[in-house]
Amino acid sequence: MDNLYSLTAHKLKELIEKNGLDPSKILQDLFKRIGALDDKIKAFVLVNKNKTFEAHKSPSAKNRGKLSGIPIVIKDNICVKDELTTCASKILEGFRPPYDATVVRKLKEEGAQLIGKANMDEFAFGSSCETSCYGPTYNPWDLTRIPGGSSGGSAAAVASDQTILAIGSDTGGSIRQPAALCGVVGLKPTYGRVSRYGLIAFASSLDQIGPITKDVTDGAILLSVIAGHDEMDSTSVDLPVPDYTNALIKDVKGLRIGVPKEYFIKGIDAEVYSSVKKAISILKDLGAIVAEISLPHTEYAVSTYYIIAPAEASSNLARFDGVQYGFRDKTSKDMIEMYIQTRHKGFGKEAKRRILLGTYCLSSGYYDAYYLKGQKVRTKIKEDFEEAFKRCDCIVTPTSPTPAFKVGEKTEDPLSMYLSDIYTIPANLAGLPGISIPCGFSKEGLPIGLQILAKPFDEETIFRAAYTFEQNTDFHKRKPVL
Amino acid sequence: MNYETVIGLEVHLQLATQTKAFCGCSTKFGSPPNSQTCPVCLGFPGSLPVLNEKAFYYSVKVALALNCKIQDLIKFDRKNYYYPDLPKNFQISQYDMPLSYDGHIEIPMEGAAKKKVRIKRVHLEEDAGKLIHEPKGGYSLVDLNRTGIPLLEIVTEPDIGSPQEAYDYLVKLKSILGYLKVSDCDMEKGSLRCDANISVREKGETRLGTKVELKNMNTFKGVRLALEHEVKRQVSGVGSGEKIVQETRLWDADRSMTIAMRSKEEAEDYRYFPEPDLVPFGADKAVVDHIRRGLPELPEARMSRFIKEYGLSEYDANVLTAQIDIADYFEEAAGLYKNAKTIANWVMGDVMAQLNARDVGIKEIGISSNGLAELLAMIDSGNISAKMAKDILLEAMDSKASPQDIVKKRGLSQISDVNELESVVNTVLGRNEKSVTDYKNGKKNAFTFLVGQIMKETKGKANPAVVNEILKKNLGE
Repeated sequence: MDNLYSLTAHKLKELIEKNGLDPSKILQDLFKRIGALDDKIKAFVLVNKNKTFEAHKSPSAKNRGKLSGIPIVIKDNICVKDELTTCASKILEGFRPPYDATVVRKLKEEGAQLIGKANMDEFAFGSSCETSCYGPTYNPWDLTRIPGGSSGGSAAAVASDQTILAIGSDTGGSIRQPAALCGVVGLKPTYGRVSRYGLIAFASSLDQIGPITKDVTDGAILLSVIAGHDEMDSTSVDLPVPDYTNALIKDVKGLRIGVPKEYFIKGIDAEVYSSVKKAISILKDLGAIVAEISLPHTEYAVSTYYIIAPAEASSNLARFDGVQYGFRDKTSKDMIEMYIQTRHKGFGKEAKRRILLGTYCLSSGYYDAYYLKGQKVRTKIKEDFEEAFKRCDCIVTPTSPTPAFKVGEKTEDPLSMYLSDIYTIPANLAGLPGISIPCGFSKEGLPIGLQILAKPFDEETIFRAAYTFEQNTDFHKRKPVL
Repeated sequence: MNYETVIGLEVHLQLATQTKAFCGCSTKFGSPPNSQTCPVCLGFPGSLPVLNEKAFYYSVKVALALNCKIQDLIKFDRKNYYYPDLPKNFQISQYDMPLSYDGHIEIPMEGAAKKKVRIKRVHLEEDAGKLIHEPKGGYSLVDLNRTGIPLLEIVTEPDIGSPQEAYDYLVKLKSILGYLKVSDCDMEKGSLRCDANISVREKGETRLGTKVELKNMNTFKGVRLALEHEVKRQVSGVGSGEKIVQETRLWDADRSMTIAMRSKEEAEDYRYFPEPDLVPFGADKAVVDHIRRGLPELPEARMSRFIKEYGLSEYDANVLTAQIDIADYFEEAAGLYKNAKTIANWVMGDVMAQLNARDVGIKEIGISSNGLAELLAMIDSGNISAKMAKDILLEAMDSKASPQDIVKKRGLSQISDVNELESVVNTVLGRNEKSVTDYKNGKKNAFTFLVGQIMKETKGKANPAVVNEILKKNLGE
């Protein structure tokens, strides 16, 4: 069979299980595809070409895992034992973790084939994948444009059929925004749904690992594998994990959809606006009950985020000091000098900006005005959603205010870059689950994403709405010409 | 001018949990460097802390024993600073909501009075690693075995009025901690450490003077000495109109002086904020009550009981209850031997003298409470003399053999048999007619000589009371 690389995980599973497809054929096919496209898209920081996965090479029906033989790409900020894991930062040069992230362990246990590490913004600081120390990843739909970020490598690899599945992480939209800009499906689970153990922390109270896939079904399969309580992560919640594929119900009749009025104001691209409005009317035609809702503190979300996230990051990134692992400046003559030079040379510009911002916000005399105030506003934003969810089952919004922008367009203007996460950030602040699914294309042929948010731990409602929309539209079927 | 001293103490106590505060690594002391580490305590990227329940329980136990209130919500914070012994470059600690607060302990004062020292807070944090500096090599080595061991910080209010009171506080605190069995409280191993804040002011002044923080004291006596030096330094400074600088000073035990380390201006901004990797949790009332009910009898209560139950003086009861092991030892022996006062005398005398001389704990001294009771019973039965008992005690400590075995093995048993001694007495009298005559002529010390000869004949085993009796009888008294 040709073009195995273009298939979804659930289709490949079927071929393996029912038609006896040899999973190694998928790998061969994919590596050929990567060989042809990697130079153009640069989605990978590492490709495991020479790696053979003996244990899962020809899985017998008996010990077949849920992802047996299915290739997957892992974002470079998630630890894979003995594999380079660098957060796309020079400061983690040569770092090979001595352990697997819980998510990676689960994927391996289910037989997934880890084919590589995906490029990202350095330490996930960015919305364009341009702050990577390896250089940018390019959008498969238009190679002069960015793929979004920070999980840009994961999203671009999925969109360009260089992998079947991908794992990303989302702190302020880092799964959903690149998924939208690359025309694929990206889900940020509820905070606490997926273990963060082994995810190199950016902002611990916001980070969450999630799937980036070609369709909603694959998202449900992948989440079912990676979700669940982990005693290594105190913030993971001890709730049973449903089989999310059971939530793939092609029916939204009676589903109450809220549309926040604060999300459709100035700054939004006209084509994004019309595509999302169109998507909402499709859902309405399918039987959903659509009502306008209000999330009054929306306008404070980005500023709140840019206090809390850098504050936590400044502390999380303190450990990169050249003492134990990663890059160390060897020219320094004493310890303090080594700290300074290692961090000066090891971190990129955006990382330094955020460390400074966060350090400032936590400093004595400023803590109350910034961090504490930020936490209070965060509570308000959370309450906005609690209030809204009394009246609706899910909330539908654009994922990103614009389609993919040009490489270099916003690198000198961090504020405008930060605003590209305006629709995704509130879900992180409130800990809610959210998905981005394709809902249209711009005149230039760039994908547009629809975001669906639900109550904490109600990923099932998201899957139901997303699946219904997907099964009634063709946006997910379109592929970039490469 | 008259000055008074104001002291507050900060004690860091390693909790004797089997595993570290936030990971499963062993806390065993003295293992090869970095052999007890994992991604979590090494602060490896991606690793996350998980609270050791035992460390929390131990903390609550200490807090309750120090009469503290327990915080309703248990929350951890990050204390951010850079140092190579701190692999994450932040310490998980507690900032604005310590695990417990508002406690106190009482320390003895002259006379019957007691002084209350208020405990401001007791909070749980993680220990840092150890640096071994190689000045000649121009490098430092890092050992992270200690990193992540649960550490309790016990902070007093500035209620301590003198270096001696500081010493008394530490002794009392250690006594209580010993009863709780949550730490080995060994300053040499660093499982108990003490810093002091000290200032002086004119008598009658209500505002506090400028405080100086003292660090690097390695014994309780060192704390007292360092404080004494610092009082002198500050009083002479204030007296000569000098301004005391708010700073941290290190105690140099070898040179008996304090050295300035850093001033307030150089003090770090720790940028505390809530630890997002640990979810705050409510201190379960039932759990706290359970721990409270499980608290052992503490030194003061035990002291009162010893006075009542064993008729000991307050002084004796105090000495015997200061260390739980000694109190247990005494009480076990008292259960086996009728006269508690005698046991108290032996424990406080010969036994404790040997604890000091041999620098060991009572559990390692070599004679069990059972052995001591046995020994005392042998004196009462006339089997051995009190003097012999002292020798046997020392031998038991050396050989770890039971006193009965020692007596048996060495044939030390005292001869109290009248018939047997009668014949010895007769033999000796026959050999020493001159002394017998001397005695009869009024030379009373001839009697002592004869007793000595009898003792010599029996290799010291003759029961002196019985010998006296027979001798007097045979000399015709």
